Amino acid sequence: MCPVELPSEYDQGLATRKAVYKQYAQAIPGAFTIQKGDKAPCRLACPAGLNVQGYVQMVKEGKYKEALEIIMEDLPLPGVLGRICPHGCEEACRRCDKDEPVAIRDLKRLAADRFDPRHIEVRCSPPRAERVAIIGSGPAGLSAAYHLVKKGIRSTIFEALPQPGGMLRVGIPEHRLPRNILDREIELITNLGVEIKTNTSLCADLTVDDLFGKGYKAVYLATGSHKGIGLGIPGEKARGVQQGVEFLRELNLTGRAKVGTKVAVIGGGNVAIDVARSAVRLGAEEVTILYRRTRAEMPAWEEERVEAEAEGVKINYLSAPQEVLVEDGKVAALRCIRMELGEPDSSGRRRPIPVPGTEYEINADQVIPAIGQVPDLSALEDIEGLSFSRWGTVEADTITYATGRDGVFAGGDLHTGPWIAIGAVAAGREAAESILRYLDGRDMTEGRRAAPNEHPVYRPVPDKEPRKERGKMPTLSPRERQGNFNEVELGYDEITGREEAGRCLNCGYCCECYQCVAACGPHAITLETHRETTRKVELKVGSVILAPGFAVFDPSRYKTYDYLNRPNIITSLEFERILSASGPTMGHLVRPSDGKEPRNIAWLQCVGSRDVNRADHGYCSSVCCMYAIKEAIISKEHAKKELDCAIFFMDMRTHGKDFERYYDTAREKHGVRFIRSRVHSIDSLCDTGDLVLKYASEEGEVIEETFDMVVLSVGMETPKSTVELAQTLGLSLTEGKFCATHPFTPVSTSREGIYVCGVFQGPKDIPQCVTEASAAACAAAVDLSSARWTQTKSKEIPEEVDVSSQEPRIGVFVCNCGTNIGGIIEVPSLAQYASILPHVVYAEQNLFTCAQDTQDRMKQLIREHKLNRVVVAACTPRTHEPLFQETMQACGLNKFLFEMANIRNQDSWVHSGDPASATDKAKDLVRMAVARAALLKPLSAKRIPVNKRALVVGGGVAGMTSALSLGDQGFEVILVEKEPRLGGAALDLTHTIEGVRIPEYLLGLEARIAGHEKIQVLTESLIVGFSGFKGNFTTEVMVGPGMYERKIDHGVVIMATGASEYKPTEYRYGEDRRILTQIELGKRLEEKGAEDLNHVVMIQCVGSRNEAFPNCSRICCQSAIKNALHIKHLNPETEVSILYRDIRTYGELEYYYRQARREGVRFFRFHRDEPPQVSTRDGGLSVTFKDHVLQRNLRLKADLLVLSAGVRPSDTEESAAIFKLPRNPDGYFMEAHVKLRPVDMTNEGIYVCGTAHGPKLISEAVSQAMAASSRAAVFLSQSEISLSPVTAKVDGERCASCLICVRVCPYGVPHISKEGVSEIDEALCRGCGICAAECPAKAIELSWYEDAQVMSKVDALLEGVL
Amino acid sequence: MRLQYPSGIRIICLPCTGKVDLLHLLHCFEKGADGVYVVGCLEGACQFNTGNLRARKRVALAQEILEKIGLGGDRVQMYNLSSSEAPRFVQIAEEMTQKILKLGPNPIKLARRKMAA
Repeated sequence: MCPVELPSEYDQGLATRKAVYKQYAQAIPGAFTIQKGDKAPCRLACPAGLNVQGYVQMVKEGKYKEALEIIMEDLPLPGVLGRICPHGCEEACRRCDKDEPVAIRDLKRLAADRFDPRHIEVRCSPPRAERVAIIGSGPAGLSAAYHLVKKGIRSTIFEALPQPGGMLRVGIPEHRLPRNILDREIELITNLGVEIKTNTSLCADLTVDDLFGKGYKAVYLATGSHKGIGLGIPGEKARGVQQGVEFLRELNLTGRAKVGTKVAVIGGGNVAIDVARSAVRLGAEEVTILYRRTRAEMPAWEEERVEAEAEGVKINYLSAPQEVLVEDGKVAALRCIRMELGEPDSSGRRRPIPVPGTEYEINADQVIPAIGQVPDLSALEDIEGLSFSRWGTVEADTITYATGRDGVFAGGDLHTGPWIAIGAVAAGREAAESILRYLDGRDMTEGRRAAPNEHPVYRPVPDKEPRKERGKMPTLSPRERQGNFNEVELGYDEITGREEAGRCLNCGYCCECYQCVAACGPHAITLETHRETTRKVELKVGSVILAPGFAVFDPSRYKTYDYLNRPNIITSLEFERILSASGPTMGHLVRPSDGKEPRNIAWLQCVGSRDVNRADHGYCSSVCCMYAIKEAIISKEHAKKELDCAIFFMDMRTHGKDFERYYDTAREKHGVRFIRSRVHSIDSLCDTGDLVLKYASEEGEVIEETFDMVVLSVGMETPKSTVELAQTLGLSLTEGKFCATHPFTPVSTSREGIYVCGVFQGPKDIPQCVTEASAAACAAAVDLSSARWTQTKSKEIPEEVDVSSQEPRIGVFVCNCGTNIGGIIEVPSLAQYASILPHVVYAEQNLFTCAQDTQDRMKQLIREHKLNRVVVAACTPRTHEPLFQETMQACGLNKFLFEMANIRNQDSWVHSGDPASATDKAKDLVRMAVARAALLKPLSAKRIPVNKRALVVGGGVAGMTSALSLGDQGFEVILVEKEPRLGGAALDLTHTIEGVRIPEYLLGLEARIAGHEKIQVLTESLIVGFSGFKGNFTTEVMVGPGMYERKIDHGVVIMATGASEYKPTEYRYGEDRRILTQIELGKRLEEKGAEDLNHVVMIQCVGSRNEAFPNCSRICCQSAIKNALHIKHLNPETEVSILYRDIRTYGELEYYYRQARREGVRFFRFHRDEPPQVSTRDGGLSVTFKDHVLQRNLRLKADLLVLSAGVRPSDTEESAAIFKLPRNPDGYFMEAHVKLRPVDMTNEGIYVCGTAHGPKLISEAVSQAMAASSRAAVFLSQSEISLSPVTAKVDGERCASCLICVRVCPYGVPHISKEGVSEIDEALCRGCGICAAECPAKAIELSWYEDAQVMSKVDALLEGVL
Repeated sequence: MRLQYPSGIRIICLPCTGKVDLLHLLHCFEKGADGVYVVGCLEGACQFNTGNLRARKRVALAQEILEKIGLGGDRVQMYNLSSSEAPRFVQIAEEMTQKILKLGPNPIKLARRKMAA
């Protein structure tokens, strides 16, 4: 229903959404929201505050009636104002910034042209007894009467002239406002019960006092400004001189007016133009307008002036009349003088000054002054209490329009002097409100003084908004206008009008047309919800976690790409949406410009990353290399034809766990091209939209290549709003504007109690974000552990009724889901059908079965009809099953006695084009559901207590951190370490790249653990046995140094067995004491410094990224740079050279890479297939390699050769065997889900952290250790767990011990018991049912999916087929 | 997305395609179904590791049996897709419907009708 189409943020603007919207299908919360800005500027510019955006949107939709309903909330004269309004709204239109304003007035007219406003149902309050007198039937009087009657107050309008309408009728000629339009709209007002008495004016016989005497409770004065202002020049009294307003009045009341042959009209306003155009129509031969300023100052509308000139009216600018020359008492000519513009006057316009000696005469037999009007006060002067301004207008309060006389109000031109009709309409409406309050004796001013909004929030004008021409208004040709008063403007046709309305930018987002309110069946959207605004809520919290995320870099900042104007250059995020099955192209890979399937696509890396010159982002965004590879592979898979994918990069950063393997696969298996080059220019081929990339190859050759599409791998940045949030909270930021943290407390901000996770902590991928989120939760949980369970409530569930001996009594509830189901499927007949199915004792239909009142009713019906099974035919069990099951539980029914038939998602939605088939299918689905329901059995979840002790395996940084995190939350921890001392691999390290000392940190951790009352440390200990299931494990440990056996009962395990530095076999390591690893170098620098070192050479990727160990070891690049910088600090003279393949200083580590280069560390790249050669000939150590820039071999002398040796997991093989844990080919433990469960193992109750999971920095290991503790604590904090009863059960009688179940179970759960039959531990069974399906003896059944229950559905479906 | 697909399809939900029994498949045909297809997760993405691989084998076996007894092995099929692939779901539904239309009704049904007549 919502007419407002906006670009979908979720689809990166490639598709649209409505102003009422859900972020995306899977959004949490899965609720709709209405996006609102401030009131649109057009609405604010309208004196009557008409909801312009609202009715423009309705016109766009072709809903003219609804458009009129919106207009007529405020304005009873849509067709009139749709013609004659000076439309100040259009000047405020923000489309002016782009091209031309929306033709708002003409769209109002279109609505009134297409639907008769008399047929709009105007909602009026019940009529009241009081009557009000209104003097004057112009726009102010009519509006007051209209708004009064809407409030239930009837009125009588007294009109002095023979016909109603005031200036609308007598001031505006018919060629602009046809009489029938005015009549029609006055009629709509009188239809509501407003009485109009014409030929009745205030005078001696009818005074205000008389009106009060006759019982009118209030009087509204709206007599307008009908008296023309004289010229004040000689000859003005001559025959042939007539006031413009009088001329028009005569013409408009009688259809005739005396007109001369040569007519001079004086004035520059709309009245002057109206007079001139009327004079032309009445047959004047020559009509000249004299205006004393220039065209620029002319108050008449531009379009009116243009039309007048088209009709033959002459306009003399800078001319003023001096004297009417009279012959025989009649006008003979007009003497004029030329003017020039002087200083601006009080109105801001430049004051016209006569130029002496420029007098001239023009022939004229009629002179019509139209230089302004004033109210005719003759009948008002005697009213007691009324006061008048020095401009001859009535004084009244500007908000209430109350005059000095109690009960007398005034408005319109009488109050303001001549002004626009819409202003008078607004005044009338306000007076009506005042009169209502006056009659009720309420405060007339309360709540009516609106504070102006200094900083309105509007939808930004989209950069990509195309220019669209304003719809042309068709008019009569000047020839067709001759001699008649036919309407000149013909009005838009529907197509032009709706297109014109489509130009509206929807500045306020929601247009408040309230179509959604009318459409919402369950009344979830109301006018109240529309009024909801941002609320300030104060919360008392013990800690704060910040996860504000990031913004995607906006590539339009780069001139090279011209992203905004080239549709086939898109961002990686836009590309993701194109690849997505639920995206704008439904996963069909096509390019935006022409929908063509691309033949080749280029990815450009590091857009907005690693670029301080143009992007001001010196950091690496960490994720772009990997997502580009992923997109390339998926594109190749999606493409129907051959597709070439090329990725242009600087360093390929696939440093994550198993990422390098993925990179290799992309290159070797999928043929993705990787080109190490920064593209320096892109040209667009205009006719095809193809893109020509110019780049230099590694050999320095300039290459030109044409691509169908270019994807910009845009980086991450902290948005301004987050920077402001950080300022509000008083947090420090890093150079890259990420939240500053310390390497050993990676989720703690600079302010105690505030924690951070995700990209705001630093650029990172999803697994790391999820890990960090758990870590932040852990940090908060430590602070809040004493408050655990203090603010929670437990639900009371009544005791279950035993229904096992009862016959099935099924209740069926069929949901209409508003019109979602009911609009397609014949729900009443479906409910009727359900009621006669076997075992069904009750069936009914509901508008919304899930509504709270239906749930209450369901409870009542369950009790009333003694239902023991429930079937709901509605939507999907995925979202609604728990709700209905809860209702059943509240009635003491087992929740497994429930079944749903999905007649919405699987039926009405997907067969909406075929309602008859949909209804048949719904009957089948309900019959199937009822059949299964009859066979359902109650199941009960087994509850087992949780042992609240944790076992942490490994006493390195990760193990110590997780032990402390759990201990600090009050959980008992046993920390097992094989070495005599805690610390692990970190014992060999000196400092982090940030320069923080590690030995002191380790001492601190050790001391805290030693003094912790909840942590018990077992050093020199080995794990030899493990059994049990989550919550109840038993581990056997040989405890050193005596090696006695100890059995430990515990509820969870955290694996933190760590990793160590690879011992190289390459590059002559071990043959020469000058060849070291990075760790050895660190120690050497600590002990001996670097004074004696002249040349140090480092080689990267030693034991990583090769055949034997394909993955990247992640930390070696930063180790090398850390040590290189250390050397430079110790001895700036030392020449340090780093031979690398890709430098992988991800995230803000990039800054250290930059620093190293700045400080003179030399970087040389070598190719995997041409590794450097190490020589120790003649005692001199040297390294030879092929330089890729010079394309020749270089030899470097070295005092030390340092090998950046990779990382290898420690002891995972043995632990994996004991704990039955999966490992990846490199030997690292494998998490349950790479992205969503990065610290859980598939084996429930076991968690992993630190380098046992994969290579990582200390800060990352700390995060992960806290995350593992957090996950463990979630589990340990429950006193008991309930196991799903949907598990496999063995019928021992039928079991043939064939071992098939033992072999097929993916989790190794079944085993042969002492009795010689298969036994399945329900605590370990996951409920997949594989064993049940495989069991040849059919001895195994999966509860809730027993064979009979499944087959019953088949039988019910195929009933009667044979 | 509410994409339209042929209305002759009835879905029976199970926790995993690994639970689809050969007997279930054959039972459907015995009762007169014209076609049956099993839709599981993408291979390698089974929530229970191997359920969909087991299902594939059973479907193959069912095909063999149906072929052997003259019902036509093509009447039973196995498909894999992920939950985000609605267009693919529709494509499968259409493909299967076309396949069955081409094969015609379950011969058992025809035989029974003949017997009755």
